[in-house]
Amino acid sequence: MTRPLDSGDRLPVLLPLRLHGSERHHRLGAGSGVLLCVGLVLLVSIASAQAGRVTPSVLQVIAKWAPLLLTGFAFNILISALAMLLGTILGLGLGLGLLSDWPPVRQVSWALTQIFRNAPWLVLLFFVMFLVPFQITMFGLRIPFPDWIKATVGFALPVMANVAEVVRGAVRSLPSTQWEAAEALAFTRRQTMWRIILPQCVKRMLPPWMNIYSLVTMSTVLASIVGVSEMLTLTAQVHAAEGGRPELFAPLYGFALLCFFLYCYPINLWTTHLERRFQTG
Amino acid sequence: MTAWTADRPIVKCTDVRKSYGPFEVLKGISFSVRKGEVVCIIGPSGSGKSTLIRCINALVPITSGTIHVEGIDVGDPKLDKLALRRKVGMVFQQYNLFPHKTALQNVMMAPIHVLRQEKKAVEERSRALLAKVRLAGKEDSYPGELSGGQQQRVAIARSLAMRPDVMLFDEVTAALDPETVKEVLVTIRELAEEGMTCILVTHEMGFAREVADHIYFTDHGVIVEHGPPATFFTEARDERTQRFLSQVL
Repeated sequence: MTRPLDSGDRLPVLLPLRLHGSERHHRLGAGSGVLLCVGLVLLVSIASAQAGRVTPSVLQVIAKWAPLLLTGFAFNILISALAMLLGTILGLGLGLGLLSDWPPVRQVSWALTQIFRNAPWLVLLFFVMFLVPFQITMFGLRIPFPDWIKATVGFALPVMANVAEVVRGAVRSLPSTQWEAAEALAFTRRQTMWRIILPQCVKRMLPPWMNIYSLVTMSTVLASIVGVSEMLTLTAQVHAAEGGRPELFAPLYGFALLCFFLYCYPINLWTTHLERRFQTG
Repeated sequence: MTAWTADRPIVKCTDVRKSYGPFEVLKGISFSVRKGEVVCIIGPSGSGKSTLIRCINALVPITSGTIHVEGIDVGDPKLDKLALRRKVGMVFQQYNLFPHKTALQNVMMAPIHVLRQEKKAVEERSRALLAKVRLAGKEDSYPGELSGGQQQRVAIARSLAMRPDVMLFDEVTAALDPETVKEVLVTIRELAEEGMTCILVTHEMGFAREVADHIYFTDHGVIVEHGPPATFFTEARDERTQRFLSQVL
């Protein structure tokens, strides 16, 4: 750089490539979203063309079963929402544990976070399914644990660990001068955390938190493996009920794919939008 | 420790040393401040001025020596830091306002949550404080909507809301535009005139000369020279002081 720097000039540092990248990605994303929908419709029509004269047609089959399949999808969403709720509450606690100034708490929290972040979600799901009894008797009261509740807990565990990491990262990213200012005003550590630090972190935590949510939603189909009647389980059953015709395979699972895509894609778009807004704002 | 009385120094530092690893930032600093006095600490960057005033409210723990504030031993391992910090207000170079709170909320937070004072009385007092630093009408503005000078005055009001006995100012005008420096200095001068005990780390020599009762010049972690402004600026004897003054005056 040869010209003199005025106060408004940026120093010649390596800027993150993300700004431009995410913008292009965003436009590409919108385009490919439309493409994907068109592709799916094509797939279905090709399949139905192949089905030819065999009655009933693919579209009729899907139309017939759509209400049932959509009920299954609603169940996926319910599981994902509850897992997210539970995981966020637990994750906030675990994240604060990671930030504790008491070493034992910090170490235990760290170990828990690492275990649940670095285990395959399906393994965690199996653990919860087979380790938690189907009911607990407490004070003579029988509390049943149906499979789908257990699955929800199974998904909440990795959510917890990931949320804990998000909380820790957001708190660490705040300038330490905020802590200093609060300290100088005689706030306790706890007051500083809850009244000054965390409220400022909410905005920073929102995009990664939504990202986790969309991942959980897509993972809920794993519950089909452990026999929860969610969308994928129902899709398999519908396929069997229709005689297992091979030409129905792609359209039926394509329908499931479409449902998840239409649900998760807007969430991702919104996440990218928020990320960009917070970056500039 | 016997009870502190107003005729004894309100802040008393004796042979204060502070090391970061092998690097000694403060190499035996002693000075004392009486109630109502205004003391300026000047000196080149990196001479340990900011570290020194951060030691006074225990933001930075000292390595050896003693600091007493109103008789409280700041180096005591069982020190009640919160009790100390209720007596000592601090204003920072970068203002450090809470960006998610309005100016008024910034001022009100500590008295309500730390001193557990009644909200209505605090609000009344906070509005009066904002008016005093000439920010009436800016109560509902967020820090991001205020200029540097305005933010710094909110920070001063926020500190005053705790009714401290001593105010520490850490290069509070260093990050400001030249035209807004004055509005902050006017605020500090008014405080000094009202009898607030102030310890300022500053590069504003003209201001130090005008307002200070006593000036300390530090270099490489020691107090090189000190005196009342009338003699300090004209009769500096140490060569390092002379060189520094010739550069900044």
